[in-house]
Amino acid sequence: MSNLVEVNNLNIRFTGERTVHAVNNLSLTLGEGEVLGLLGESGSGKSVTLRALMRLLPKKRTQISGTVRVLGRDVLALDDDALSAFRGQTVSMIFQEPALALDPVYTIGRQIAETVMRHEGKSQHDATARALEMLEVVRIPSAKRRLDAYPHEMSGGMRQRAMIALALACKPKILLADEPTTALDATVQIQILLLLRELQREFGMSVIFVTHDIGVAIEICDRVAVMYAGQIIEQGSLREIVRTPLHPYAKGLLASTVHGAKRGARLETIPGTPPSLDQAPSACSFAPRCAFAQPRCTAALPPDVQVGPNRSARCILVDPATAGA
Amino acid sequence: MSEIIEPIDKLEPIEDIGGVAQPLLRVDGLTKHFPVRGAWFGAAKTVRAVDDVSFSIAKGETVGIVGESGCGKSTTARLLMHLMPRNAGDIIYDGRQVGRELSLRELRRGMQMVFQDSYASLNPRLTIEESIAFGPKVHGMADAASRHLARELLGKVGLRPENFANRYPHEISGGQRQRVNIARALALSPRLVILDEAVSALDKSVEAQVLNLLVDLKREFGLTYLFISHDLNVVRYISDRVLVMYLGEVVELGPVDSVWDQPAHPYTQALLAAMPSSDPDNRTQVPPISGDPPNPIDPPAGCRFHTRCPFAEPLCGGATPKLTELDGLGHQAACYMAIPGSGHSRAPAARDLHSEAPALS
Repeated sequence: MSNLVEVNNLNIRFTGERTVHAVNNLSLTLGEGEVLGLLGESGSGKSVTLRALMRLLPKKRTQISGTVRVLGRDVLALDDDALSAFRGQTVSMIFQEPALALDPVYTIGRQIAETVMRHEGKSQHDATARALEMLEVVRIPSAKRRLDAYPHEMSGGMRQRAMIALALACKPKILLADEPTTALDATVQIQILLLLRELQREFGMSVIFVTHDIGVAIEICDRVAVMYAGQIIEQGSLREIVRTPLHPYAKGLLASTVHGAKRGARLETIPGTPPSLDQAPSACSFAPRCAFAQPRCTAALPPDVQVGPNRSARCILVDPATAGA
Repeated sequence: MSEIIEPIDKLEPIEDIGGVAQPLLRVDGLTKHFPVRGAWFGAAKTVRAVDDVSFSIAKGETVGIVGESGCGKSTTARLLMHLMPRNAGDIIYDGRQVGRELSLRELRRGMQMVFQDSYASLNPRLTIEESIAFGPKVHGMADAASRHLARELLGKVGLRPENFANRYPHEISGGQRQRVNIARALALSPRLVILDEAVSALDKSVEAQVLNLLVDLKREFGLTYLFISHDLNVVRYISDRVLVMYLGEVVELGPVDSVWDQPAHPYTQALLAAMPSSDPDNRTQVPPISGDPPNPIDPPAGCRFHTRCPFAEPLCGGATPKLTELDGLGHQAACYMAIPGSGHSRAPAARDLHSEAPALS
């Protein structure tokens, strides 16, 4: 399986009044037709990583180092023209808040048609036909009428469907999804998740899906990378991560879900709060909260232990021999 | 009476009046309609945010309210706190009708609220200690005593007073701010605390910490909670009884286990089925219902859920089904399928229910 996305030693730093080391030494790959989940709490760097793949971070205040290769091309070296051709056609993105991501002064149909005309050079007539087709693909009822609707005339779930239609209009190879269901109601969230799952299969896309909700990840991902303080601290197949997490943070995160907890019984928690990212990590970022911390955890950066094919954890306690079993 | 009041050192707890058998809070026919301007030159419209909602909360109980956005759960909380005027309905706190036998000032001693947005609900110009001490001071407590109380409460919510008392809200994390909000709510030693999506904005690992704290505080101070959330897992964990709301109405209520195990209203069933799976080998295959919740402006007539309900029949669009007792144990649902002899094809015959009801057999 060839890798569509290869990220190596990515470091992202925001400079300004204070420096934030948002992403530290991050490496990941995305295979063809694969759905990779980036799971983490707020501030763990998952959205920043996603935005870096499309170079959406503010140029002046961001320092990026490392390599990001998408379909063999070096994304960090693209010039503006190449970048705008790349966005939307090769890689496209859906966001958490469709009301903010869509342009309020153009109709849905016009926004989708514009994308198609820009990237594929189609005539307005053909592009509008594609827009209609896309609205039908995402199952917006009475799609023809909705072409002329403005974003504010649609409900939250409808808008999210429209944004998916917009993102997929040029049949991108890779879809980046930044918490696309978080702002939606429960009964709508599951509809959108199932729609995305189906479209991913139908279009054969690769997807990177950012979420903080393990339940959402279970519904859609093949592989999961758990992030903490700007690093991937564990990755593996969905089943491995959910059933046998190795890193103490991943274990704690899974144990602290309220799902199925007995009433009145104490919930397992991770004490403390995530670290501030003022400095690049020089030791295990999780050590101050970790119940198994040892002196060597704070002495040096823990290695990324390869446990099996596509399975690794950044913890000194993980033993490649036993954990793989 | 209110010329000069001597500062006091301790606020007496609100006394219990009716004993254990009397509900701490009873709500009867609570209604709130917001007028909204119609289209240009069109008729004015109404958002029926809360429509004839009745329930009670026993002493020491935790009652959960679940529902999707726009179902009226937060409006209900704000009406209970008298943060907005209501159109109709009675709010009775421990047997005393608010506004007649119980003044708002007294009510707020007995009932406090924690909001979702931990930052917006604290005054950015007050230190944490000052924020917590503010309420007691308003109620006549001396400055030194109220500051002492604030520090004590900070300790109770797991924040070391020497580290946190003099900080400002922007200097602490979201989880810590929510702890401060809880401490502030407890400063007047209320008996009922309304938690409106109080843990929804927190990360999962912090959410579990705060839920544990809420359970501990409830035991220590003998509190009663009204817990509002859209997260069904959290509501199941913390509640004894639960109300399910849809478009301003209560569609089902009952002990949390019987509602979860035998949801009677199709909306409750859909809501439960819409929870993401927790098993990678057993993913959700079909969405339980399609479409979005309708606009609460001019909601559908009859049963408000009938436009999305897979079992809707003509009678559902007619009159609104009433909340009906299902098992004699307090589990009620407002659905014609649950009302014996209602005329719905799936409704039990009038006698069936009685022979099956465990309480009566």
